[in-house]
Amino acid sequence: MNTAEGAPAATARDEGSSTRSQVVRRFVQGDLASLRVVLGLVVIWLIFQSQNDRFLTAENLTNLMLQITAVGLISIGIVYVLLLGEIDLSVGAVSGLAAAVMTVLNVNHGWSPYLAIVAGILVGTAIGLLQGSLFSRFAVPSFVVTLAGLLAWQGALLQVLGSTGSININDPKITGLANTFYSDAVGWVFAAIVVAAYAGVVLTGHRGRVAHGLAGEGLAPLAVRIVLVALVTIVAVAILNSDRGVPLALLILLAFVVGFEYVAKRTRFGRHVYAVGGNAEAARRAGIGVNKIRIVVFGIAGTMAAIGGIMAASRLLAVNQSSGGSELLLLAIAGPVIAGTSLFGGRGAVWTALLGALVIGSISNGMDLLALSSAVKFMVTGGVLLLAVIVDAIARKERQAAGRV
Amino acid sequence: MASGNALLELEGVSKRFGPVQALDRVDFTVGEGEVVGLVGDNGAGKSTLVKAIAGIHSADAGSIRFGGETVTIARPQDATSLGIATVYQDLALCDNLDVVANVFLGQEKISGGPAQVSRQLDEARMEHRASELLSGLAVTIPSLRSEVGTLSGGQRQQVAVARSLLGEPRVVLLDEPTAALGVPQTKQVLELIGRLRERGLGVVVISHNLANVFEVADRIVVLRLGRTAGDFEAERTTEEHVVAAITGAGGEGER
Repeated sequence: MNTAEGAPAATARDEGSSTRSQVVRRFVQGDLASLRVVLGLVVIWLIFQSQNDRFLTAENLTNLMLQITAVGLISIGIVYVLLLGEIDLSVGAVSGLAAAVMTVLNVNHGWSPYLAIVAGILVGTAIGLLQGSLFSRFAVPSFVVTLAGLLAWQGALLQVLGSTGSININDPKITGLANTFYSDAVGWVFAAIVVAAYAGVVLTGHRGRVAHGLAGEGLAPLAVRIVLVALVTIVAVAILNSDRGVPLALLILLAFVVGFEYVAKRTRFGRHVYAVGGNAEAARRAGIGVNKIRIVVFGIAGTMAAIGGIMAASRLLAVNQSSGGSELLLLAIAGPVIAGTSLFGGRGAVWTALLGALVIGSISNGMDLLALSSAVKFMVTGGVLLLAVIVDAIARKERQAAGRV
Repeated sequence: MASGNALLELEGVSKRFGPVQALDRVDFTVGEGEVVGLVGDNGAGKSTLVKAIAGIHSADAGSIRFGGETVTIARPQDATSLGIATVYQDLALCDNLDVVANVFLGQEKISGGPAQVSRQLDEARMEHRASELLSGLAVTIPSLRSEVGTLSGGQRQQVAVARSLLGEPRVVLLDEPTAALGVPQTKQVLELIGRLRERGLGVVVISHNLANVFEVADRIVVLRLGRTAGDFEAERTTEEHVVAAITGAGGEGER
């Protein structure tokens, strides 16, 4: 589809002066998209702060982190599904079911909390693998398979909960997941580890390129990136420490984001996920097991949904018939899309799960502080999603135009 | 003109799809450092022949020799492991991935050491190798890290060819490499084919464009209704003769 025109200009831009302008272009077309979202987040924060000066307090920001954990975790799996160009509508229901399974096993059957958590997560994994298999085996659209799943797993949730309809969680190991805060000192140790690890990864990558005689970005941009990450980490830890401390929930979320970002961008599996999302036929001809990739990705989505559901239950100290229900599914999908992951496959990043959850969580949290009704909240969130998708579509068009000519 | 030794030799290859005799006792050879243009009308059997060589459809009858030895090509992997690479018309590139990722798609290099556990990509090694490959072909691509979707048609064709060379094949089949390309891009691709010949590869070019075929081919094989309708030395024939063989008008040019 994109062959015909634009040929002569191509030679004009491959001349000597390119490296610097390429860095600039990469920044404009790639990173600016995320910068745009970060700016949007800043604007949102300033607006809410101007309306209610409790918004940017350490206490509320800590609450915000706790509120986004479950959605953010679920969104990580959604990002993988979106990278394939597919959708998983069952993640909300799966998160509720997994949490219910964990709770019933722990509370009613006396399982150890660890075993119960693992069982809950495995339920999510199994469901994801099943849906992925059905989708790839019978070539039923993922939309339909997971819509059926949405209903079926909601039914399963009611079944598992039985007549009580709601079960409280008392086990300190489980409730601790969302309600543990670390001391200031431990927080700073985490900060140091994060910055050191980031610097290590960036510098090793740079050394590898130099060893192969490839043009690097130069040390200055790398240093800027490291300093930026260090600054953000230090400010975040300082804020969290001035309230209850760094929450375990946030560390869990960050660990999964980093881990799955690594898998997506640096491993062969991740490369194949992008390839299948970009051009499944090309991937198949290149010898990639397209169906295997699809099944595993849906397995990841189910697993992350279960983990998100367990974190939500831990925070709520209970599971009930509406666990994993209402707007959770939509927010989990909207987040990454708002933050720049394409609905059409092949484009996106795992950290958009975190950034998107922050944007949506901030809006929700801010509107709560302003005591707005659910009606207003839904409409505003819907509007933000729509706006984000439109902005993304326009940006993509521009990028294509800029890349072509 | 036909230089070097015969690399790939097909003798009496036939293929039938139900009532349709797609290939009827076709003989076909490509030598080292030789470019063979494969021409013919729609439905003449060009694609079927290429697919038989590439292992997508195995032939019903006839024999295939590669490097002098009789071989069986039943699956695409057989062709690949023999050293036959195919670049299809639709190129099969992932527009969302960069040049390096496309060149190595499905054959990614994995880092050594502890990172091997996660099958971590060795980007630096891949980029280094891709850069060698492409500069060996004198390809002009602005950056190896540009997304393939932003490249021109000619550049995309070059990326696809570079990818096919990754496995160090001895024969490359190009299906309509200049279709849908503008004049300057067509020139790029024809030059690229010339460089493949210089490397001693056997190249088979399917094309509808006779002018392009004459520009680049050493030999021109015409298929008509599933049969070999002509086998010409490009320098000793004219377009009229080839067209006559394609349409069946002249009845000459029989081997």
